[in-house]
Amino acid sequence: MGAALPETAPSRLFLSGNEAVALAVRDAGCRVAAAYPGTPATEILEELSRFPDLYTEWSVNEKVSLEVALGASMVGARAFCAMKHVGLNVAADALMTMTVTGTEGGLVIAVADDVGMSSSQNEQDSRFWARFAHLPLFEPADAQESYDMAREAFAVSERFRCPAIVRLTTRICHVKGRVVAGEREAHEPAGFVKDPQRWVMVPGHAKPRVALMYEREEALRAASAQSPFNLLVEGSDRRIGFVTSGPAYMHVRETFPDAPVFKLGQSYPLPLERLREFAAGVDQLLVVEETEPLVESELRAGGIACTGKDVLPRVGELSPDRLRPAVARLRGEEIPVTAQPRLVPQQVFPRPPTMCVACPHLGIYYTLAQLRNLTISGDIGCYTLGAGHPWNALDTCISMGASMGVALGMDKGRGQADAKKAVIAVIGDSTFMHMGMQGLLDITWNRGNVTVLLLDNRAVGMTGGQDNPGTGRDIHGESAQRVDFAKLCEALGVKKERIHTLDPYELPTLFKTLREEIKIPEPSVIITDRPCVLIDHYKPTQPYKVIADKCTGCANCIDVGCPAIHVTRRETQVKPSGKEVELAFVRIETSACTGCGLCVQPCAPEAIVHALPEHPVKFLHAKV
Amino acid sequence: MTITNIAVCGIGGQGVMTATEILAEAALSLGFDVKKTEVAGMSQRGGVVTSHLRFGPQVLSPQIMPGEADLLVGFEAAEALRWAHMLKPGGIALVNQGRFVPPVVTIGLYDYPEDPIGEMRKLGLAVFDFDASALALQLGNIRLGNTVMLGAMSDRLPFPADVLRNAVLARFGARKPELLELNRQAFELGRAAVAQRAPAPATA
Repeated sequence: MGAALPETAPSRLFLSGNEAVALAVRDAGCRVAAAYPGTPATEILEELSRFPDLYTEWSVNEKVSLEVALGASMVGARAFCAMKHVGLNVAADALMTMTVTGTEGGLVIAVADDVGMSSSQNEQDSRFWARFAHLPLFEPADAQESYDMAREAFAVSERFRCPAIVRLTTRICHVKGRVVAGEREAHEPAGFVKDPQRWVMVPGHAKPRVALMYEREEALRAASAQSPFNLLVEGSDRRIGFVTSGPAYMHVRETFPDAPVFKLGQSYPLPLERLREFAAGVDQLLVVEETEPLVESELRAGGIACTGKDVLPRVGELSPDRLRPAVARLRGEEIPVTAQPRLVPQQVFPRPPTMCVACPHLGIYYTLAQLRNLTISGDIGCYTLGAGHPWNALDTCISMGASMGVALGMDKGRGQADAKKAVIAVIGDSTFMHMGMQGLLDITWNRGNVTVLLLDNRAVGMTGGQDNPGTGRDIHGESAQRVDFAKLCEALGVKKERIHTLDPYELPTLFKTLREEIKIPEPSVIITDRPCVLIDHYKPTQPYKVIADKCTGCANCIDVGCPAIHVTRRETQVKPSGKEVELAFVRIETSACTGCGLCVQPCAPEAIVHALPEHPVKFLHAKV
Repeated sequence: MTITNIAVCGIGGQGVMTATEILAEAALSLGFDVKKTEVAGMSQRGGVVTSHLRFGPQVLSPQIMPGEADLLVGFEAAEALRWAHMLKPGGIALVNQGRFVPPVVTIGLYDYPEDPIGEMRKLGLAVFDFDASALALQLGNIRLGNTVMLGAMSDRLPFPADVLRNAVLARFGARKPELLELNRQAFELGRAAVAQRAPAPATA
């Protein structure tokens, strides 16, 4: 170690890509910003909500957030919305027509691809949307560019009167770097101008506008060729010229500092002629792009020979380690070995994400795991973790709100093989309002036989406990209208006597209600009403401990799945019948326990009792 | 172009990201270019958290590649072993002896390694281990464990320990002035814990 100190120490901000985008949106004079939380983009709106200068909201889903932004743009305001990659699938219906109407006040969409799938159900390349919708696309490579490009995106949006997309990835959103911010702008909305030919998209109005959209795309192509974000970095080693964008640019520069690089910052429309020129000056062209071979395909279609996904991985993030062997192969060199031998990764148990100590979902999955002959259609949220150990009590997870429709399809499609199984749908409060409640309406209307578990923990839990219409608080934590889930379900057609609101920590009631409802061949909803343990409104109570002498090793409490319960020793006992029983004696980590009492209920010998806290209560999985 | 690479690992809720952030602030205060990255999408749910910090005159890629970390800071013993290969051969690891046993071990599906720190030494690494939680509890607050870890790092950086201490005090002192003195003491306890303890020589 021992880095040389640089001569100057400029004062700069140190921001993540998400924070940089938020600051740029504020500095651009944006008036309305909306989003639905989703990793890795969540923090953009969280940051924006701290600025007093603009209106921010958590919307119920991404489509609504984009429509809110469009409405603001129509009245001439600068508008913004942010989402994760799958969010744009939801918002796509609005997107594909707003590209036809165009926008008035600058409208920027930040979409974050979870390349590497750290917290997502799939891996998608949102750069497709720019092509599909014929819109300009920016791809920052670090936090500074996230700021600069988000600012430029507003200008481009207004110049071409269309939405502009800023495509981020997890490795941009969550990487902090130094950022120099620009001057703040003031932006006053010009006012709504009635213009049915433009804003009322009926076929007669849409036809001429589709032609305008293609004209706009050609103008964008010409502008992209001039964009300062599409830049050539000279290099002396001309054996391979790199075409790259986003975080991959940094890996290329780090690994091959002497190679010429064409860096795509405004990567759609592609500056094809400049790339042709670049290709002519190098021996071989290698396109380094994460996930899909989009630029590569377009270069080939444009008659420019190049290599890309034939040597580089298509799945997951790129990195210097993944680039080196691919480039060596292209150059016909030996696969490089590092200067020093590396250590082999050691085999250690996996540590999958799990539910928190005292999570209100624990009792639900403990109960579901005790019941037989269930098919459990799951959804997206913390409760998806019910598919894991020790519960193994969730059978599907597809997309936001899918539990309802999938459950109905299972009910209607089943044959003899599933005739005796009950179909259950499990969904959280926020996912229910995002996309789930239409599915419930479909169940009631079409006489489905589904028992719905609506787990209301008063938070968007998985993304950090954001508020939603079920919490009674807005994005600033201020009092707001609160949805009454029982009334809502009744309004959606569930009979009043088939709706139960109960405490998920009371296992006998939960068990009894669930068993009764799955026997009744009509839609029913069981609503649980205890808050997420990570939000401020959760109140811990007196923790528990295990009296070691009383513990019989039955391991019933382990089936609850609480991370505060630990095994102290295991034994194999031979019963008089000759049957072998595995015993596990336990202790409770009292400093982590918050006294929910779930483990107390299945403990037959009453070995679990209240403990006086020796240390201040510490959450094992505190909010970070 | 010399870049310093520091990998910090642990599990969600332990303060891995906050500690790396403070380390970043210390490097920034000296005018370095700094990049910090982590993958922690599900870290609130007891998952693995790793944070990479790179600083120097100019930093391009934010990721530390395996075998390139100058320093590995483990907030949890088995996690330190999991990420040991990030270190340069012969690199230095500072490891909290504390163990967080996950439910998959409690259920009996996997075993927690008997001696994760011993296994790291067998790999030829210089390991400084100490009980950060116990040191924090000496001061009466387990939350000071984070500052203990930072103190332990402070003499292994390419800049004086004071720079990191100032960053720690600026961060925690600004929020709760009454905790300033406690954090100062926690920092020194961590620093002393590794100073007194020469790493056992590698046995393999």
